[in-house]
Amino acid sequence: MSTVTSTTARELGTARASRSWSDGVILVLALLVLWQLCSWLAGPEVLPTPWRTAVKALKIVRDEDFPQSLEATGIAFIAALVISAVGGVALGLVLGARRLAGDVMEPLLMAFYALPKITLYPVVLLMFGLGLSAKVTFGVIHGIIPITVFTMGAVRNMPIVYARTALAYRLTPLDFARYVMLPAAIPEVVAGLRIGFSLTLLGTLIGEMFASQSGIGHMLMIAMARNDTETIMALALMLFLFATGVNLLLLRWHHRLAKTG
Amino acid sequence: MNVAARWRTALVVGFVLALELASRLAWIDPVSFIPPSRMVLGAWQLLRSGDYTDDILLTLSSAALAVVMAVTAGFVFGVALYKLPRIRRVLDPLLMSYYAVPIFVIYPILIVLMGLNRWPLIALGVLFAIVAMAVNTLNGLERVPRVMLRTARALRMSPLAEIRLITLPASLPFVFTGIKLSVVYAFIAIVAGEFVLSGSGFGYRIAFAYNNFDNPSMYGLMLLLLLFVGTLNMLLHMAEARLYRRMSRAAT
Amino acid sequence: MGPLRKPGTPLSVVSANPTFPAGPQIHATLTDVTRIYPGSKGRPSFHALGPVSLSLRAGEFFSVVGPSGCGKSTLLDVMAGLNPASSGSVIFEGAPVHAKVPDGVAVVFQEDATFPWLTVYDNAAFGARRAGLPEPEIRERVEHALAFMGLKAFTQSYPVQLSGGMRQRVCIARAMVVRPRLMLLDEPFGALDQQTRLLMGDEMLKLWRDTGATVMLITHSIDEAVLLSDRIGVMSACPGRFIETIETNWPRERDSNTALDARFGELTARVWGLLRGEAMKALGSQT
Repeated sequence: MSTVTSTTARELGTARASRSWSDGVILVLALLVLWQLCSWLAGPEVLPTPWRTAVKALKIVRDEDFPQSLEATGIAFIAALVISAVGGVALGLVLGARRLAGDVMEPLLMAFYALPKITLYPVVLLMFGLGLSAKVTFGVIHGIIPITVFTMGAVRNMPIVYARTALAYRLTPLDFARYVMLPAAIPEVVAGLRIGFSLTLLGTLIGEMFASQSGIGHMLMIAMARNDTETIMALALMLFLFATGVNLLLLRWHHRLAKTG
Repeated sequence: MNVAARWRTALVVGFVLALELASRLAWIDPVSFIPPSRMVLGAWQLLRSGDYTDDILLTLSSAALAVVMAVTAGFVFGVALYKLPRIRRVLDPLLMSYYAVPIFVIYPILIVLMGLNRWPLIALGVLFAIVAMAVNTLNGLERVPRVMLRTARALRMSPLAEIRLITLPASLPFVFTGIKLSVVYAFIAIVAGEFVLSGSGFGYRIAFAYNNFDNPSMYGLMLLLLLFVGTLNMLLHMAEARLYRRMSRAAT
Repeated sequence: MGPLRKPGTPLSVVSANPTFPAGPQIHATLTDVTRIYPGSKGRPSFHALGPVSLSLRAGEFFSVVGPSGCGKSTLLDVMAGLNPASSGSVIFEGAPVHAKVPDGVAVVFQEDATFPWLTVYDNAAFGARRAGLPEPEIRERVEHALAFMGLKAFTQSYPVQLSGGMRQRVCIARAMVVRPRLMLLDEPFGALDQQTRLLMGDEMLKLWRDTGATVMLITHSIDEAVLLSDRIGVMSACPGRFIETIETNWPRERDSNTALDARFGELTARVWGLLRGEAMKALGSQT
C-alpha cells in the first residue's frame, strides 16, 4: 500500500460513488415495478399500488391529527433510543473491558435477544400501565441488546497491542479508556447503533400498538383492525423510508470511520 | 462448570430469588406479577392438563416449516448476493431498515392472499428469518480465505468439487449462524403474530390468558416459552461454538 | 533541534535520576530473573524465562537473538515493567522495576501499534501529550522526530494510507518524542520484508547515535543482531537462558555496509553455531 494511491483512491472513490447512485436508482425502479406487478396480481384492495400508497401517504401527512401522532411517537422513540444507546454503550464497554463479567453476561444477553419480546408485553403493561413509559420500555428492550453486544465485541476485538502501548506510555486507566479504548471501539459501536436504531423503532411502534391511544403505532393498529390496507402500506412506506434514510447516514458515518480505521 | 458459568448460575438464581421475595412481600404489585414459584406451578399444571399441547405443537410445527423454507430460500438469496456484488452493495442499507418496520403489519394482506389459516403466520416467519440467513450466508462465502480458492485453482478442481470440498466447509460456521438466527427470528415472528392476530397457537394462548386476567396461566406459558427459547439457544450456541473453534484452530 | 546528547557524553549528564552515578556505567540490570506463569485448574505452570542475568551498559546497542518461543519477548516485557518477574530483580537507573513502566523507557512492538483514528502527527504526539508536555514543546519534538524518520510529507496522513514499514516508523517516531533513555524494541521489523528491514536497521542506528539512548533489540534474525549491535546475547530454547554474550566491536558510526566486513560472516557463523541446536529443539517442541 503506497501513499501514491491515496489520491487515486479518492478519484476511484468518486467514480464508485456515482455508480452506486445509479445502482440505487435502478434498484428503486425495479422495486416499484415489482410492487406494481404484485398489486395487479393480488388486486388493489389487497395490495395498493405504489401510486395509491404515495397519495395516501401525502394525505396522512397533511391530516391535522398527524403532527400529534408524529410527536407522540417521536418523543417515545427518541427517549428509547437515547436510553438504549447510552445504556448499551456503557454496558458494552464495561462488559467488554472486564472479561469475566462479559463471559457471564453474554449468553444471558443472547438468550434475552432470542426471546419473542412481544410475550413480555403483558408484564410491561401490567407494571407500567398504558402510556409513555411502557412504550419507551418496549423500545429499550428491543434496541439495547444489539448495541451492548456490538460494543462488547468492539472492546474485546481491540488489538492487544493498543493496551500494551497504553501501558508503555504510562497512561492511567481512565486515559486508556478515553483515548484508546473508546476511539478504537467507535466503528463497531456505530454498526451496533445502526441495528439498535431499527430495532428500537420497531419496539416503540409495537409498544404503541398495544400500550397507547396515540402515535403512529396506534394508527397502524387501527388500520389493521379496519383492514385499511392503503393506510397500512402508506405508514409502512413512510417508516421504511425514514429508517432507510437514517441507516444511509449511519452507514456513511461508519464508512468514514472505517476509512481511518 | 467454569468460573463464568458458576457466576451466571448464581446471578440467575439470585435474580429469581429476589423476584420471589419481592412478589411475596408485595413490593411488586401482586396483581400484575406472581411469584416465580407460582409460575413454575402454573407451567407444570399446563403441561399436565394437556390442554395446551395442541397449541404448542401447532406453533412448533409452523416454526419448523418456516425455518426450513427461510433457510433454503435465504441460502439461495445469499449465494445470489455473493455472485452479484453490485446488487449487494445497493441493498445493504435496505436490509438494515428491513427490521425497523413491524413486519406483521402486512398480516392482513397475507390473510387475504392466503386465507385465514396458518400460512400467513408461516409466511411472516419466513420473511422475518430470510434476511438474517441470506446476510450470514453472504458473510460466510466472503470469508473463505482467498488462499484456499487459489489452492483449488492450483489443484485444477472443478467448480462443483471446489464448492463441495472448500467453499461449503469453509463457510459452514457462518451459515450455521444464519440457521441459528433463522430459528430465533422465525420463532419470534410466529409467536408474535399469534399473539397479535390469531386464533390458535402458543402466542395466542398467552394473549388469551392476558385478556382474561388469568395470570397463573399467562406467566406459566411465558415461563415455558422462556425455558424453551433458553434451552434451544444454548444448544444452538454450543454447536456453533464448536464449529467456529474448529475453524479458528485450523487457521493458526 | 540537535541530538539529545553529543556522542560519547556519559549518559548521566541527561539521566533524570540524580542518584545515578556518573561515568561509563551500567544502565539497567536483570539479576537471576525468571518468569513462570502459574498453572490453573487443568494447566501446569509454564516456565517461560530464566534464570537470566544481564547488565546493559549505558549507551550500548544490545541485541537478544534466540529461537522462537524462547522467551525473548518475555525478557523485554520484564525489563520494561510490562510483566512482573517471578523471581530475581530488575533495576533501571538504580531503581527497581516491577509492574509499572518507569519514566525514561520506551517500547516499540512488533505489531502495528499506530492508532488508526489519529493522523501520523497525532500518533507521534500521543505519548508526549498524555505525559502532559506543553504543546509548543510537543510540536518541536514531533516535527523533528517525523523529519528524522522521513515522514515529513505524511504528517496529516492516516496510518491506513501508509505501508507497514512507514507505520512502524511512526511508532518509532512516537517513541523518540518522549526522549527515552532506554529503548526496547520487540522484533519491530518482524512484519517487514528483508530489504525494508535492512533500511530500517540503518535508520535505527542513526537514531541510536542521535539520541544517545541505550537500545535493546529483540530479534530472531541473526544477520540483524550481528549487523546492528555492540553486543549480542544469544538465548537458548524455552525456558530462555543466555548461552553466551558476543562482542562485535563495530565502530559507532556504522550501517548495513558492515555486512561487507569479513568478521560479519565469522560472527554470524558463530551465533548460528550456538543457536542451531537450540533452534532444532524449539522446532521439535512446537505444537
